[in-house]
Amino acid sequence: MKKTILSAAIGAAALGLASAASAATLDDVKAKGVVTCGVSAGIPGFSNPDDKGEWTGIDVDYCRGIAAAVFGDPTKAKFVALSSKDRFPALQSGEVDVLTRNTTWTISRDTSLGFNFRTVNYYDGQGFIVKKSLNVKSALELSGAAVCVQTGTTTELNLADYFKSNNLQYNPVVFEKEADATTAYDSGRCDVYTTDQSGLYAIRLKMKNPDENMVLPEVISKEPLGPAVRQGDDKWFDIVSWVHYAMVNAEELGITSKNVDEMKTSGGPDVKRMLGSEEGSKIGTDLGLTNDWAYNIVKLVGNYGEVFDRTVGPNTPLKIERGLNALWTKGGLQYAPPIR
Amino acid sequence: MAGMALNSETSDTRKRASSLINDPKVRGIFYQVLTLALLVLFVWTVTQNTINNLQKANIASGFGFLQGRAGFDIGQSLIAYTSDSTYGRALLVGILNTLQVAVLGIITASIIGFIVGIARLSQNWLIAKLAQVYVEFFRNIPPLLVILFWYKGVIAVLPQARESLNLPFQSYLNNRGLFVPKPIFGDGVWAIAVAFLIGIVATVFVARWAKKRQRLTGKPFHTVWTGLALIIGLPILTFMALGAPITFDFPVAGRFNLTGGSVLGPEFISLYLALSFYTASFIAEIVRSGIKAVPKGQTEAANALGLRSNAITRLIILPQALRIIIPPLTSQYLNLTKNSSLAVACGFADIYAIGGTMLNQTGQAVEIVALFLVIYLSISITTAIFMNWFNAKMALVER
Ligand SMILES: N[C@@H](CCC(=O)N[C@@H](CS)C(=O)NCC(=O)O)C(=O)O
Repeated sequence: MKKTILSAAIGAAALGLASAASAATLDDVKAKGVVTCGVSAGIPGFSNPDDKGEWTGIDVDYCRGIAAAVFGDPTKAKFVALSSKDRFPALQSGEVDVLTRNTTWTISRDTSLGFNFRTVNYYDGQGFIVKKSLNVKSALELSGAAVCVQTGTTTELNLADYFKSNNLQYNPVVFEKEADATTAYDSGRCDVYTTDQSGLYAIRLKMKNPDENMVLPEVISKEPLGPAVRQGDDKWFDIVSWVHYAMVNAEELGITSKNVDEMKTSGGPDVKRMLGSEEGSKIGTDLGLTNDWAYNIVKLVGNYGEVFDRTVGPNTPLKIERGLNALWTKGGLQYAPPIR
Repeated sequence: MAGMALNSETSDTRKRASSLINDPKVRGIFYQVLTLALLVLFVWTVTQNTINNLQKANIASGFGFLQGRAGFDIGQSLIAYTSDSTYGRALLVGILNTLQVAVLGIITASIIGFIVGIARLSQNWLIAKLAQVYVEFFRNIPPLLVILFWYKGVIAVLPQARESLNLPFQSYLNNRGLFVPKPIFGDGVWAIAVAFLIGIVATVFVARWAKKRQRLTGKPFHTVWTGLALIIGLPILTFMALGAPITFDFPVAGRFNLTGGSVLGPEFISLYLALSFYTASFIAEIVRSGIKAVPKGQTEAANALGLRSNAITRLIILPQALRIIIPPLTSQYLNLTKNSSLAVACGFADIYAIGGTMLNQTGQAVEIVALFLVIYLSISITTAIFMNWFNAKMALVER
């Protein structure tokens, strides 16, 4: 908490003393030799240090993808764990270059907070988790319940709206840290915990007895999660966006980290154009990078499907189906503009 | 000639100028003006730069957002508040919550602190040691840990909502808090409040009269008992005369938890207890050293005058000790108030927690940090002014 006051104060002071975080983030990143990404402190599948202290997760891999595109080296990514509340001052003040931190794209964040959003690396929605022993089958039965929630999120706003529009009473118990909120729910302080569905599955893994808890069927909001950057730096915004599009296009074209070398020489014209083996192409340099930017992303990090499967997919502890996050050709929403 | 005159003139002005530079008064003023100018320049630059940077970053600014709809709910509020209320009102809820926990914490910390501080000087070895252990324990852990200790302890140890402990007066205790009947006031309740006020005013007069009589005749008077009888008795009499116009809303079991009644949540309870216990350990040391600092001769002289030991503590030692105790006590009160900003750790909605939520939802970092400064500063300055007044009252008055 002290840290928050500090970071808020530093944020405010940075706005006062320093000149605004430079508009040329790419140059700064290159000069520093690393890209600094704001991530969640510990949401398995999204960003979570594993038992060796290595960061893992879909948001972490997004950041590694940016590092691969800029430096040709996915390890040149630095992660700063930020609570929901700390993340925006950290981006505004320039402490991080980009937020890859399960952040919902909303209009006020896109406008009055001064950020830019464009890609969605995970389509999500808010849900509820309850103890099975309460015998609750629907969120509409929750009147009178105590609800644990993390502050500084869209979650706490959706929660207020949902209970109000359904005329239900509730007692919010609000925490700044996800871990505190989870412990409070787990020890019976609350009947319900609410956050993005993905977060619910992730947090359930951290509970004392995961199987005694169930996720209710209602999804009460749209939570398009994606990276955010500061306004006023279109070049950096383009790079961050096209990292995701490259991953999605790669999946669509059937390029994986395994076959990318082969595809680079033997693929069709669209594959070659994307991987930078097309004669005289300037796609990469026009982006401010090298022509093998997309090749590096796919080779060193993987295509979108590979990353999804490795971090949150059916074969991970989270066991999440592709659902909305399937490619548009497979009934999902993941759709990337063409690389040409 | 003319050349000489010119010469002497220049050396004259030079002399005057050099004496100006060497004049400590002039130099003092010069440096003060310079410092002030630099300060003004600094503040001005920072302000300009902030405005520029905010504009460049496309972050909206100004305090207009306080009129906007907050959109989030708050668990603990002393005034009516819903998600439809404004950000300004949310802030007010936070200020009141901070004041509530600070005021109650200060009172409790003072009581515990005085008891423990006096106990440390006890002749009884066990009592003195226990008091010392208390002080060493709480003084040496960071306040955040004390808060988490209470919070995790409270929610882990107390029974689950469906197995509440039954307490007297239809009150219940579980890990969602303490549930007590809520008084609902009927007609004429204001008369009880008036009776209470009359009791206080009457007590003040009685005390003045008793003091004067004692000074003139030496006869003591039981001011404390008379006062209590007035302050408690008068309202009770009025209450009965009005035919008991207060009814109660009792907590009853609901689907998830008890409903109805008033509830003190574990968030408030643990923050309040943690701040009280933590600060009390410092107050105890202040009290102990304050008492120790009163010269032994005072006790001996009072003994020689034939005062009883009870009266010696009350009339001779404590008044003198208080003079030493009050100034450092003030900083402990200020510390307690500032430490209440650790409330977020246990989910209590104090000003800092609510302000933080607003900061996140609106992105108005500069404005909200400025509001934090102004609010905490006002609370601290008010406390300090009050304590200075109290200190002046307690200071040696020469008759
Ligand atoms: N998508 C929502 C919620 C994101 C969020 O912060 N979720 C929480 C709960 S799953 C979280 O990631 N906490 C991790 C942390 O604070 O370290 C938003 O952008 O406001």
